[in-house]
Amino acid sequence: MAVTDSLSRAATVLATVLLLSFGSVAASHIEDQAEQFFRSGHTNNWAVLVCTSRFWFNYRHVANTLSVYRSVKRLGIPDSHIVLMLADDMACNPRNPKPATVFSHKNMELNVYGDDVEVDYRSYEVTVENFLRVLTGRIPPSTPRSKRLLSDDRSNILIYMTGHGGNGFLKFQDSEEITNIELADAFEQMWQKRRYNELLFIIDTCQGASMYERFYSPNIMALASSQVGEDSLSHQPDPAIGVHLMDRYTFYVLEFLEEINPASQTNMNDLFQVCPKSLCVSTPGHRTDLFQRDPKNVLITDFFGSVRKVEITTETIKLQQDSEIMESSYKEDQMDEKLMEPLKYAEQLPVAQIIHQKPKLKDWHPPGGFILGLWALIIMVFFKTYGIKHMKFIF
Amino acid sequence: MAAAMPLALLVLLLLGPGGWCLAEPPRDSLREELVITPLPSGDVAATFQFRTRWDSELQREGVSHYRLFPKALGQLISKYSLRELHLSFTQGFWRTRYWGPPFLQAPSVWINLGRSSVMSSQGSSAPLSTSSTPPTQSLPLPPSNPWVWPMTLTTTFCAMLCCRGRWSAPKTSPPGRSSCPVVPRASLISFHLLQAGLSVLLKADRLFHTSYHSQAVHIRPVCRNARCTSISWELRQTLSVVFDAFITGQGKKDWSLFRMFSRTLTEPCPLASESRVYVDITTYNQDNETLEVHPPPTTTYQDVILGTRKTYAIYDLLDTAMINNSRNLNIQLKWKRPPENEAPPVPFLHAQRYVSGYGLQKGELSTLLYNTHPYRAFPVLLLDTVPWYLRLYVHTLTITSKGKENKPSYIHYQPAQDRLQPHLLEMLIQLPANSVTKVSIQFERALLKWTEYTPDPNHGFYVSPSVLSALVPSMVAAKPVDWEESPLFNSLFPVSDGSNYFVRLYTEPLLVNLPTPDFSMPYNVICLTCTVVAVCYGSFYNLLTRTFHIEEPRTGGLAKRLANLIRRARGVPPL
Repeated sequence: MAVTDSLSRAATVLATVLLLSFGSVAASHIEDQAEQFFRSGHTNNWAVLVCTSRFWFNYRHVANTLSVYRSVKRLGIPDSHIVLMLADDMACNPRNPKPATVFSHKNMELNVYGDDVEVDYRSYEVTVENFLRVLTGRIPPSTPRSKRLLSDDRSNILIYMTGHGGNGFLKFQDSEEITNIELADAFEQMWQKRRYNELLFIIDTCQGASMYERFYSPNIMALASSQVGEDSLSHQPDPAIGVHLMDRYTFYVLEFLEEINPASQTNMNDLFQVCPKSLCVSTPGHRTDLFQRDPKNVLITDFFGSVRKVEITTETIKLQQDSEIMESSYKEDQMDEKLMEPLKYAEQLPVAQIIHQKPKLKDWHPPGGFILGLWALIIMVFFKTYGIKHMKFIF
Repeated sequence: MAAAMPLALLVLLLLGPGGWCLAEPPRDSLREELVITPLPSGDVAATFQFRTRWDSELQREGVSHYRLFPKALGQLISKYSLRELHLSFTQGFWRTRYWGPPFLQAPSVWINLGRSSVMSSQGSSAPLSTSSTPPTQSLPLPPSNPWVWPMTLTTTFCAMLCCRGRWSAPKTSPPGRSSCPVVPRASLISFHLLQAGLSVLLKADRLFHTSYHSQAVHIRPVCRNARCTSISWELRQTLSVVFDAFITGQGKKDWSLFRMFSRTLTEPCPLASESRVYVDITTYNQDNETLEVHPPPTTTYQDVILGTRKTYAIYDLLDTAMINNSRNLNIQLKWKRPPENEAPPVPFLHAQRYVSGYGLQKGELSTLLYNTHPYRAFPVLLLDTVPWYLRLYVHTLTITSKGKENKPSYIHYQPAQDRLQPHLLEMLIQLPANSVTKVSIQFERALLKWTEYTPDPNHGFYVSPSVLSALVPSMVAAKPVDWEESPLFNSLFPVSDGSNYFVRLYTEPLLVNLPTPDFSMPYNVICLTCTVVAVCYGSFYNLLTRTFHIEEPRTGGLAKRLANLIRRARGVPPL
């Protein structure tokens, strides 16, 4: 009996221990899941996509930016979180044989312009000053919301730039340049103002690697399409449109991104392998020393997509309709109708009124500046010539 | 009895709120309309109008519930106390001479808003003219920053308006109205519309492949009823497109909805109270052999439009018989007999504008106004806004009609202020019958500051179109417009007096070259001077300071060389 007792007790103890361990395993499983929730450390995603060249023969830069825009939108980042800057309007350019379209593949396979593109900065507004103001947040108060980068310290930002560049600079619209030092300083300002959690910088220009050489702020990962001394080449011309449609690096990046969906687990190391020298002719480069996480743990969707973490609850919430407010506003309306006197439309071209207008008297302003100085000079000369004794007759 | 009472009560209760809901009129309504007009030159013009009427007094009450009227626009109106807002973006030019006067007139870009403070704008053409009553409370906008509400416009309509400077207030408009000249470079990239009803036909790839297209938004207050005791707000969104018949029709002048828009109509918009297509068949009625419209129209509408009597075939999408016959409605027009190649009828008023002169220092701006009416003369209001960098010489302003000088009945000129305000020239000119009036003024081109040049200055700088407003005598007397019953295209610029109709024409925008510096010169100068300095001074320096040493040939092995190295370090002559 004692044996069975002890056995049963042992069995129960064992059972409870097992149960507890299961429970803790299950609990730790949920905790693991919860841990994974916050693994990457960011809560929202932003994208700043910049095309810096104008004129028709730089069609490919606009197509580059629009194809990245399209991928980023498809993977979940909404228009309100994308700042798209295009320096020229290719879709409505009079030289475009297919208006309202921008193609990225020859034979007009893929129209990256689409029906719902929202360009935030366009044409003459794409300047170095505006770009730096967007990044650092020092924007005039009248700027509308869609033109601002409203990121916080939990935002992952993707910055994509394309255009013509050289060793240490990127040309904006054929009239000004941004240097790698300015860009690095802008990122440092963003870091000090805590405007980003992690930043991915991609640049597709000639000698693009020179642009990320000077970065010194933490949590920045950078990719470039070519090393210093190399040119980034364009991909394929289209005989119907007459210009080159895309750059090689971005073309292969776009192909890579077309296979990503919001749930994919592809990491940054795969992105580094995109476009080897055999396809790209130039050598793409990357820089990860400032980045704290290991690139193989960084998902592509951490920057290119906006994967929302959702919590599902099973409680229902009832919404009440407030009928008293509606009733009172209608009553007010009916009362107001009786009080106003009738209105009438203005005349379309009141010729008689126009002809007999009296010129409005302008407000009198006291003379200032030049006129005042001139008169002071004249008076001074007069009194010096004719003597001060005339003063009492004047004043 | 006892059972009937609660039943009656129940019925009353049900009818009570229901009845109350039915008794009150709808707060807003949407009407949509498409008018297809074959133009005298063979092209086809299609005009879409979507009109939302909202019975609410935005200025006085705080509105929070928006249904059909867009919230963004309603908030704009109430926040900035606007009275009227007219904004349109146009690509192409309406050729009045060949196409006749348009229903919906618009220059390259025309923005027409109303504010009580006077603001003027520079150069680029987007006529922003607004009129408003002075607000009872203080302006929400600090006067140092007049750009807030045009900025909100740019984002609402996804466009870029390059206005640098202040707005100008023409004198002839009611006080408080200010206008900004047209912005030629403001481009509208895309527009989003619900894909139901008539907006199914709006696909960007076909619409931008046209000779002319213009999108506009007009917001204005209208009388709510015939007594006009209260106002309601009217929002009209319009789109005018001119299809070149020879591109779409493959050589013949036939057209069909499918060929023009690559789509057909399937169903009316569920939110619209009226959804109609009007086709201009004026030539059809005169002679049944000329053309054939398919499907045959059930009703026609006749009225005096823009001075001439016209007949329209009506296709009502809300009429179930129309849509039920076929799943889609594709209106087609076929010319049975090719129309005679007669000259298209010339409209009574049309205008032309050009820049003449040579060189980059001066030029002359000329506007030709044609009055082709055989016996009636009428006045025309000409509004010119010229950017400040074309310095006008007003003493050279000459107006000649039929060879003789024509003095304007009213002239107002506001000179430009550099970088602040453009020139504003307004004149009321009487055009004699059957004549050409030439208005010309000479100008000088200014040199801009280095940083003021755009990145592509050799393209040229735009001069906004002149605006001509006139009451043109009509051939047939028209009756006043009934706002609710008449079609929308008749009530956009309604006739106030049947003997003439109001027309607002725009001339071509002009492109002038300013004396543009060569921007590569600083780079060239630096290269050249550095080269010259390096060659001259460098040679001179070498000549003065270069000395020659005799170098012994190296003999000996490694040890000797090492020893020499050490000796050189010590300062001792080598072995």
